[in-house]
Amino acid sequence: MKLRLIRRDAASRLAMFGAPVLALILTCMTSLVLFALLGVPAGKALHSLLLKPFLSWYSFTEVLLKMAPLLLIAQGLAIGFRANVFNIGAEGQFVIGALCASAFPVYFPEGNFPLMLPAMIIAGGVGGTIYAGIAAGLRIRFGASEILVTLMLTFIAIQVLNYFLLGPWKDPRGFNFPQTVMFPENALLPLLFENVRPNISLIFALLASLFAYLMMEHHFRGYQLRTSGLSPKAALYAGFNAPKMILLSLALSGLAAGIAGASEVAGPLGQLQRSVATGYGYAAIIVAYVGGLRPLGIIASSFLISVLYIGGDSATVSAGLPVAAVEVFQGMLLAFYLLTFTFIRFRVQIDRSVSA
Amino acid sequence: MSALEFLLAGTLAAALPLLLAALGEMVVEKTGLLNLGLEGMMALGAAIAFICVYHSGSHSFGFLAASLAGATLAMLFAFLVIFLKANEVASGLAVGVLGLGLSALFGKNYESLTISGLSEFGLPALSKIPVIGPALFTQDIVVWLAITGTMVLWYILNKTKLGLIIAAVGENVEAARAIGYPVGGIRCAAVAFGGGMCGLAGAYASTVYTPLWADGMIAGRGWIALALVVFGTWQTGRVAFGAVLFGVLSLGELTAQAIGVAIPSQVLSSLPYFVTILMLVAISRHRRHSS
Repeated sequence: MKLRLIRRDAASRLAMFGAPVLALILTCMTSLVLFALLGVPAGKALHSLLLKPFLSWYSFTEVLLKMAPLLLIAQGLAIGFRANVFNIGAEGQFVIGALCASAFPVYFPEGNFPLMLPAMIIAGGVGGTIYAGIAAGLRIRFGASEILVTLMLTFIAIQVLNYFLLGPWKDPRGFNFPQTVMFPENALLPLLFENVRPNISLIFALLASLFAYLMMEHHFRGYQLRTSGLSPKAALYAGFNAPKMILLSLALSGLAAGIAGASEVAGPLGQLQRSVATGYGYAAIIVAYVGGLRPLGIIASSFLISVLYIGGDSATVSAGLPVAAVEVFQGMLLAFYLLTFTFIRFRVQIDRSVSA
Repeated sequence: MSALEFLLAGTLAAALPLLLAALGEMVVEKTGLLNLGLEGMMALGAAIAFICVYHSGSHSFGFLAASLAGATLAMLFAFLVIFLKANEVASGLAVGVLGLGLSALFGKNYESLTISGLSEFGLPALSKIPVIGPALFTQDIVVWLAITGTMVLWYILNKTKLGLIIAAVGENVEAARAIGYPVGGIRCAAVAFGGGMCGLAGAYASTVYTPLWADGMIAGRGWIALALVVFGTWQTGRVAFGAVLFGVLSLGELTAQAIGVAIPSQVLSSLPYFVTILMLVAISRHRRHSS
């Protein structure tokens, strides 16, 4: 007897919605066991992790704050992933976006620059696009793997960030901390609600989701991108321009990550500091996959991962859960999702015949 | 000790975790797969090794446990990618994130504890050479074992049938299948080997190089090792040379001091990545010319 995986002609609808839910349930069950083994009160930890974020207005708004960059970056990445273009360096494009945006408030600390905020967001977006564009250029011209190039560029971006924070952009009155001056009022994004931190970058993210949905599901360009991913040969035969698909995928994901980076310094941080690189760019990859690479799914998955972040923070306090548990949870969620996802694409056939 | 002597003495030890992890990944990539989870497998190895050495006092036990832990985590990657045909990039990242998280979870109660490192010994004669002798030829046993192991790996990959089979699987899967090689099994074994090597690399970092455990102590060395495989163009000797070079660079500011020039340390720290990108470009150019 032998188990065989047979590719389905069309993805099973039930499995498409069921896979992430099943993955979440499996992750919860596994973490319960793991937490219990580590002597962490498991029920309490899970309660903090998944429910606490909904129990107060403040913590719920913190979820929305986290959700904005994750959603924005993940929508950009998913476009590329579906076209088989793997931008793994959104973290770097995010950092470059934050750097480009910060140039304005750093050089005009009094805020005496017209259209400060639009300039910052545009600079962030352009910076991210160009930075991802480097990888696109090298892939198209030299066939250099965009996976490795975007990854390497991320580490270079972090060194560039360090250079500016320790050198020319260091706040002279910042007690030698590696951070810039606090940004002036007109360099900060308007808040969505009074007294809590979510800002209009969440609206950028939702608009990006709408754009991604219209393009990927209803526009010919989306069809071209998806075809390039599913069957490069078919795309070539249809005369779709492969370099254009690569450039478009990387430019859009770089643009999204750059704007997210700009929004981070113009939002909750209010200055450029080292902690701008906290791994949103990597977490967004998980968000994109757990959302099934579909624009609507990604809205749900970015919300879920944000809940985990905020819940993880409260679980460290209330249940003594190590900060790293959130990473374990994310890692497991992705692994279980990939596992359950197999059943979307394949059905298992039990082969009873004697194999040759 | 002068800065130069210090650098000479430190380079091999700094290069070692990079070398072990990169050689493991090189074998994985030679079979045609890409596992991005190095950082996580190294971190898990580092935490497990520290815990085992702390309780048993035996470094051999620590290294063994770390290699098993790394290989086990790598098998998750193998299961997802080879058996379930899941996306390689996502699976590698899942393994990486999981390893980092698990290492911090397991190691939580062991931060700020100390264990003893390994004693160093010099090679007879060579270590008597003035200045460079004591610095370069006095190392701990793991360094000597790793150098030997690198040579053995080179021999296996280049001079044995097993090496040819690995290359066949990576370069032409269909042909390898047609000949009847168990492609999935060979890839599984390679992935397990890669994970085990990452585990050893982590163990060296946490129990010998700096005998302590701290969350995030791998500090990007897994990613450097990944770059190193490309830099070494999938050849054992070049990967080993690259490990030493990247090891020197990772000692960043110290290096600048030894050379006696004022380069911002960030420039030195980003050199490995920069060189790797150039390498990726150069490889494809070379490919184009030769074909």
